[in-house]
Amino acid sequence: MIKARITVTLKNGVLDPQGKAIEHALSGLGFGGVGAVRQGKVFDVELAESDKAKAEADLKAMCDKLLANTVIENYAVEIA
Amino acid sequence: MKSAVVLLPGLNRDRDMIAALTKISGKPPVTVWQTDTEIPDVDLIAIPGGFSFGDYLRCGAIAARMPVMRAVAEKAAKGVMVIGVCNGFQILVEAGLLPGALMRNTSLKFVCRQVKLQIANANTMFTRRYQQGQIIRSPVAHHDGNYFADAETLARLEGEGQVVFRYAEGTNPNGSINDIAGIINERGNVLGLMPHPENLIEAAHGGNDGRALFESALGIAA
Repeated sequence: MIKARITVTLKNGVLDPQGKAIEHALSGLGFGGVGAVRQGKVFDVELAESDKAKAEADLKAMCDKLLANTVIENYAVEIA
Repeated sequence: MKSAVVLLPGLNRDRDMIAALTKISGKPPVTVWQTDTEIPDVDLIAIPGGFSFGDYLRCGAIAARMPVMRAVAEKAAKGVMVIGVCNGFQILVEAGLLPGALMRNTSLKFVCRQVKLQIANANTMFTRRYQQGQIIRSPVAHHDGNYFADAETLARLEGEGQVVFRYAEGTNPNGSINDIAGIINERGNVLGLMPHPENLIEAAHGGNDGRALFESALGIAA
């Protein structure tokens, strides 16, 4: 079995109001020097597959078809 | 004219849409369920608002991958009119039937109020009963109505008259780029909009500004 972690992040230039709100909240807690905060998503996926290359291709297809909206988001696939 | 309404778990404006289509066309729409792979022969397919699949992952993302949406895409490719309102709009962009994306409102707040809309293109199957530039009222109720498209897509939408509705007079409730409230596809048969025209079709609603949209689509004389 292969375990993978997929990270989905907003593309540069796409406004992230949630990240902005978190940024302000961190400053409000007294954390000085907090720059930009961008919020993303993490998916931990288990695959019944032993071929890493095949798994990676499948995981990328999953991102393109569902897990990420490539209009506004980038993704990265990391196999443990 | 015959119409169909797509039903998905978590939608909550389906009854409003069914009532509007029934009252305006004189006959109730057929309803199709998420697992249906075929849609009967109709002229207009409506995808109502709500929170399909609890807005999990992204608004409309799961609904857009249901079998019924493949059937909607097939009908759209044949020229059947499709209208998506609110969550229906989000589903259409997630399904790739309309360009761009709908993101969290810049205020981070759910907005539920009446806004003013400008008819940015009165030369569509959905807006021909309005005047170009006309200002109408419409309710909005959403958390993720902030329309976004990359610069190239936006230029194309603006250049080709695919922006059909714009928030008017400083009423943009969500930070949507270029005040975009509704867009149409290149072919002109698939429309998506965040506001709820189906909730303003008769005096009891406090006005009928939304009625002409359905009369346009259903080809009914005003």
